[in-house]
Amino acid sequence: MQTWESDFARAVRSPDWAVPHGVTSYNSDTPQQRFAIYRNNVMVGLVSALEARFPATRKIAGEDFFKGAAKLFAATQPPGSPLMMFYGDEFPAFLADFEPAREVPYLADVARLEAARTRACHAADAKTLTPAALSGGLPDALAGMGFILHPSVEIVASDYPIVTIWAMNSGEIDLAPITDWRGEDALVSRPGFDVAVRRLPPGAKTFLQGLGTGTALGSAAQAAFAENPGFDLVANLAALFASLAIEITNEPFKVPLP
Amino acid sequence: MRVSPLPLSAGASFKPEHFAAISTAPQPLGFFEVHAENYMGGGGTPHAQLRFLREHYALSVHGVGLNIGSREPLDRAHLARLKELCDRYQPECFSEHLAWSSHAGIFFNDLLPLPYTEQNLISVIDHIDEAQTALRRRLLLENPATYLRFKQSTIPETEFLAAIARATGCGLLLDVNNVFVSARNHATSASAYLEAFPLDLVGEIHLAGHFETTDGQGSPLCIDAHGSPVVEDVFALFDSVIARAGPLPTLIEWDNDLPDWPVLRAEALAAQVRLDRARLVRAAQAAA
Repeated sequence: MQTWESDFARAVRSPDWAVPHGVTSYNSDTPQQRFAIYRNNVMVGLVSALEARFPATRKIAGEDFFKGAAKLFAATQPPGSPLMMFYGDEFPAFLADFEPAREVPYLADVARLEAARTRACHAADAKTLTPAALSGGLPDALAGMGFILHPSVEIVASDYPIVTIWAMNSGEIDLAPITDWRGEDALVSRPGFDVAVRRLPPGAKTFLQGLGTGTALGSAAQAAFAENPGFDLVANLAALFASLAIEITNEPFKVPLP
Repeated sequence: MRVSPLPLSAGASFKPEHFAAISTAPQPLGFFEVHAENYMGGGGTPHAQLRFLREHYALSVHGVGLNIGSREPLDRAHLARLKELCDRYQPECFSEHLAWSSHAGIFFNDLLPLPYTEQNLISVIDHIDEAQTALRRRLLLENPATYLRFKQSTIPETEFLAAIARATGCGLLLDVNNVFVSARNHATSASAYLEAFPLDLVGEIHLAGHFETTDGQGSPLCIDAHGSPVVEDVFALFDSVIARAGPLPTLIEWDNDLPDWPVLRAEALAAQVRLDRARLVRAAQAAA
């Protein structure tokens, strides 16, 4: 049904659409420029939200390219909810399919990493493993134990060195040529208030995904080793403990949090 | 009977960029106001900061996404999120806008205007009834800043707001900058609007900055940008409101081009000086 509201809603999203029926001002029957304020507010608001969420992607792509891509995304995939901090969850997939972005094949993966960082930032709080909990050494039954990954944990796997590229484009490390160009998997976590991004050692993705779906530590390690003979359990546990992204549970096979 | 339990003093919009400055020392402000939708994640820094504010100050939660002015049904999931937030932080005040922001599953991230008709009045009243019932609290409804009018409108905005408040028992949030901006944009009188406004229903005042440009006809056009200091003309209207109504909880809004905290704080303290003056004048009048 066509109403003042559907008419306004369509016109506010379409630059070429006429000023909606019924809209007026004291000095004009068709106040184009006044209506354009709403159009502009809507578009600028959505593009700004994407710029704020994807700063490294924007830095790599350049301001103009990013704005163009963001406008196209906003026009075709506007937000469906007022929770603007999560707007752009689909932006990395959009970039992956965006023909002009193919020139920079790692761009979409850096955007995936940034999207995961925002989700981690707003994830639920949860207890984490403290160094004190391990001061008595690891329990003997460790291999049979389950782990609960912190709600903020996400693994972003890539065929490109995205952790290094992201770090260079977000001021974490200096820009430099990347000599060792190989895929990197990122562990995103937020045990306290600050989101941490760590490069995962080989095989870690399978190992952590196993733990995340309730597999006991021993079985998860075996699966990772089967996939990658270079899998190093000690290095993986060290990375996990360093990120404080886990909590040991005594109920090994209970389905854990995602 | 007070419309809102916020203190009768000046407060400021809270922005995370200011948290470090705000949390290092007690601030001479009555309350802070946050946008509800920014605190609908599960945890982390936003909630830790809101806990701090809650612990040390009176708190106002200001929604920007409930879509009260739409003819579509309210989003129950969003209402449930608002309820969870209000239950968790027990703010002194919850407010929303006479505007719409979603339609057919799309969120526009802007406060859009509606025609003031009998049908829309009924629809807004239903939405506020539903929201107040779900939230189990009184809501304050804010007057909008608008750039356009609708030919269909048959009810003046002040009457529309008063009728909503009468029918639902909600209070009103009087945004004096919005009054100034709309009056300029429609070539009407801000003073006349304020004289028609039911001040006894006002639970909070908003003040903010705007900028002035021109429209396609070369006439002045004010944009409600919240990115600059409150202009003297708006402060003067504010003075006239509190001279009539007495001191009211008064918020300085600043959402864009954020200054350092001391600048925003000084702006809030300037409002506080005016509230103190109004209180003195009324006390003197009462004594005379």
